[in-house]
Amino acid sequence: MATSKPRTSSFSRNLATVPSSTPGLKYGPNGTIFISSGIPDLDKILGGGFPLGSLVMVMEDAEAPHHMLLLRNFMSQGLVHKQPLLYASPSKDPKGFLGTLPTPGSSKDDKSRDRDPENENGLRIAWQYKKYFGDNQHHFDSNRDVKHEYCHDFDLRKPLEKHFISGQHIDCVSILDSPNLAALRDRCATFLAQFPRNDSSISSAGRIAIQSFCAPQCKYSNMEWDMLSFIRSLRSMVRSSNAVAVVTFPPSLLSPSFSRRWQHMADTLLSVRAIPDEDKEMAKLLTGYQDMVGLLNVHKVARINTQVPVILDATTFSIKLQRRRFLVLESLNQAPIDSSSGTSYGTSASCSGSSKTGTLDF
Amino acid sequence: MDQRAPNLLDEALGLVDEEKTKPWPLSSRVVLVEDRVETSGAFVLHHLLKRALSPHSSNDVVVFLAFSQPFSHYDRVLRKLGCNLTAQRENNRFFFLDLLVSEFPDGDEGNRDGLVALYGKIEKLVSTSFQENKKCITIVIDDFSLMEVAANGATNYVLDFLRYCHALTSTFGCSLVVLNHEDIYSSIERPALILQMEYLADILIKAEPLATGLATDVHGQGVLFCESRWCN
Repeated sequence: MATSKPRTSSFSRNLATVPSSTPGLKYGPNGTIFISSGIPDLDKILGGGFPLGSLVMVMEDAEAPHHMLLLRNFMSQGLVHKQPLLYASPSKDPKGFLGTLPTPGSSKDDKSRDRDPENENGLRIAWQYKKYFGDNQHHFDSNRDVKHEYCHDFDLRKPLEKHFISGQHIDCVSILDSPNLAALRDRCATFLAQFPRNDSSISSAGRIAIQSFCAPQCKYSNMEWDMLSFIRSLRSMVRSSNAVAVVTFPPSLLSPSFSRRWQHMADTLLSVRAIPDEDKEMAKLLTGYQDMVGLLNVHKVARINTQVPVILDATTFSIKLQRRRFLVLESLNQAPIDSSSGTSYGTSASCSGSSKTGTLDF
Repeated sequence: MDQRAPNLLDEALGLVDEEKTKPWPLSSRVVLVEDRVETSGAFVLHHLLKRALSPHSSNDVVVFLAFSQPFSHYDRVLRKLGCNLTAQRENNRFFFLDLLVSEFPDGDEGNRDGLVALYGKIEKLVSTSFQENKKCITIVIDDFSLMEVAANGATNYVLDFLRYCHALTSTFGCSLVVLNHEDIYSSIERPALILQMEYLADILIKAEPLATGLATDVHGQGVLFCESRWCN
């Protein structure tokens, strides 16, 4: 499999020489190993996926459950790759959530939505700028040839097949009734002990998914320093193991200072926001508004073993359901403005705009 | 590439030393690095580490209190900058204290083992190095907000620790570099901790995102504040 060498620094590992014997793991630069988030677009945005040893935090929007989309895809991807999973949630019966996990879409569907830019070379009309868009895209497309896919497209309308769930290492914990976090901390510690990070080759990776960590119905939710201490210890434990932990939390339920502390703990920080229905202002501002389910912001991307920050072209993406089944993330595109109005807009990532009369709609 | 090629940060901190005659200019000084969620200030620590452990100054010692990342992370980062931390650790020039999982509960009675013992360790390392005629000893804390979490929010306890470390700078002439996050404290009405730290600091380096938003080549902006009595 010939891959074009990614145009990063000369220190990056030559991907072609490292056989990906374990599906679900991808070797990245600086000695990091990625696992997929379960959303192909998110993997691309983050530069490969979630690096092992990192803590991912997702800031929820109280008005919409979009963080569940991220969690579900993350968990499903792990189960498809046979990666053990620890799931904690504030519901009485967390196991029930497993029934809502999506199943990978069939390969027939994958081909039809192939957006490989190399295929678009046939279209050499006016849109020549595509060839200047970063080389980042190329070395990910080469991985599509691999039979055991690193990242699957999950069909949100079909539940995950039973054989993925039964007989797997899935640990479900309810954090509703625990008075403190000691029990959860111990569960995480035992779970992570299965994946110690050492110099020997990696056998498998683990995933931890904690949903709505500071939900008010949990007894410990007013113990702010205890929760922070838990996150710190989770982060330290994950650092020294081959696992990724995803924690979602509603920042509006924390004081601003503590919310910031939580955000600093994260290696990768995302937030999801709801899009109000029937917002005429926004409909005029953005193309494809009707298909959007929500917005995803990337605040921080994990930088393990390196100090070079990742500068993204855009940090806000729209969450759409393609054909009502597959989760895609798209950059925001401004609708063309009427030339008669004199207002100019800032970057396409901002969604605040003044009303204007008459827009051109496709 | 000349390892000593100075950049703006070096010049601002007074680290440019062509003749290598002047002693480590950060001796007896306290440097506070403040950053935000969007822009990490860790690069300043890496840079100072590299300068402190440069081969020209074989008399330098660094005591590193790591709350944030394990040794492997710094090893890789500094290796890219041209500094071998593993070798320096073996040569007793770089002391790495891995505090990622350490807890420092503050008890009412005499259960103050955590931070007191830590301070004792640091003080011993510093005084031993001082007696071995090491000219420049640097204590680095990465990062201070995690020390607060380890102490379960006991602000006075960690502030005492900081003051004790500050006392070391005058006793042994060592320098103290601390990283903290300014946006954590910006929403508190009277943020005692950060105000005290800024007061203790001789040099304050802030890493901020660009006011205008994202840019491909520019990751952020740095602002350096220097106490007038120390500036030349």
